[in-house]
Amino acid sequence: MREYPAMPRSFAHLSDEAVVALVARSDQEALAELYDRFGRVAYGLALRVLRDEKLAEDAVQEGFLAAWRNAERYMPERAKAGTWLLTLVHRRAVDLVRREESRRAEPLPESAEPAPQDSAEDDAWLRFERERVQAALRKLPDQQREALELAYYGGFTQSELAERLGQPVGTIKSRMFAGLARLRELLAEPNGESTWKPTFTT
Amino acid sequence: METDLHDLTAAYALDALSPEEAREYEAHLARCERCRAELASFSEAAGALAYATEGPAPPPELRARILQQAQRERPNVAPLRPRWVAPVAAVAAVAACVAVGLGIWAATLSNKLDRRTQELGREEKVAAILAAPSSRSISFGRGVLVVTKSGEAALVVNHLRQPAQGKTYEAWISSGGAPKRAGTFGGGKVVTVPLEGSVRPGASVLVTVERSGGVDAPTQKPFLSVQS
Repeated sequence: MREYPAMPRSFAHLSDEAVVALVARSDQEALAELYDRFGRVAYGLALRVLRDEKLAEDAVQEGFLAAWRNAERYMPERAKAGTWLLTLVHRRAVDLVRREESRRAEPLPESAEPAPQDSAEDDAWLRFERERVQAALRKLPDQQREALELAYYGGFTQSELAERLGQPVGTIKSRMFAGLARLRELLAEPNGESTWKPTFTT
Repeated sequence: METDLHDLTAAYALDALSPEEAREYEAHLARCERCRAELASFSEAAGALAYATEGPAPPPELRARILQQAQRERPNVAPLRPRWVAPVAAVAAVAACVAVGLGIWAATLSNKLDRRTQELGREEKVAAILAAPSSRSISFGRGVLVVTKSGEAALVVNHLRQPAQGKTYEAWISSGGAPKRAGTFGGGKVVTVPLEGSVRPGASVLVTVERSGGVDAPTQKPFLSVQS
């Protein structure tokens, strides 16, 4: 690692999108910042898909390096920076799991393994997001949730899912479409508007 | 069968297409504005699924390995000072000239793109305020207020929940008299707000929750108050 003796830089005030803009200028510290913001979620996702630590590390590494190579093509009007980055990692994870046919089985239910340690603040934010998304998932009709989970966490294509669930591809397609549309709606809903107070999430 | 391809947006956002299907859909995407818009919001929803997972933290070596590999691929020039401040100003100046020259064209840009550009513009403005040598920082536990000698100021708040639907956060500058509007903003992990108006020594910066679009005078008790 190189050193930057003159001035330690702080990225704390920059949005994720601004950090990606710096990554596009080959700024390695910005890449480190991006990893510090999303590395944990990315690894959790890759591990859920791949269920193998070594492969999960590979997927995260390839995803971040894809971000490093393609940051200048990132378009903030198309996606949030976090979404863009996690898409890159997810795509690598899915590519890897499809190559590892033998590992293909049901995606694990919510991991029983507790997430230990880590900084309290990050943990609080992640926990908040996790609970919010899990709550939204629980509200989906079972078949829609199943389609989303098998596709996103299991890495199955729509045709594989159709075969697996003994349904026409059109049905699977509709379940994924309806499920994702409903999830989008649920996530956009403010939580408990009537009693809503401005609160900090940590 | 273009109509069938529209239906693939969700599957594409979930990475649930075979490579051939994905290529076909991408070709369609280039021609279909409706699918591009839909894909953007579907991708946000699919990306949220990443946050529903839980597990152990990645091994610490992974970070170092990624950074080493990145450097091997494309060594960067060590930034000994925040080199992005000057280029940003230069880019802004060029952009301003271009905007004047192409005013009519610029007016046709989509609102959405404008808004995103403005958001990035805010970041850059905050960056310039933070980088100004004369800036003073006033920490307040949940964030920091940074004020330059000339009174330009930026508020940085960490971990602020999104306001309820139909609501916004609104900042105010109070120098004794009636508080003056200083801009509206949403929540987020790190919220950066360049304040409109100048903050003189002794003035307070307040934040209230107001209806979307903001109001002319605060209607709520401030939940944040920082004295400069």
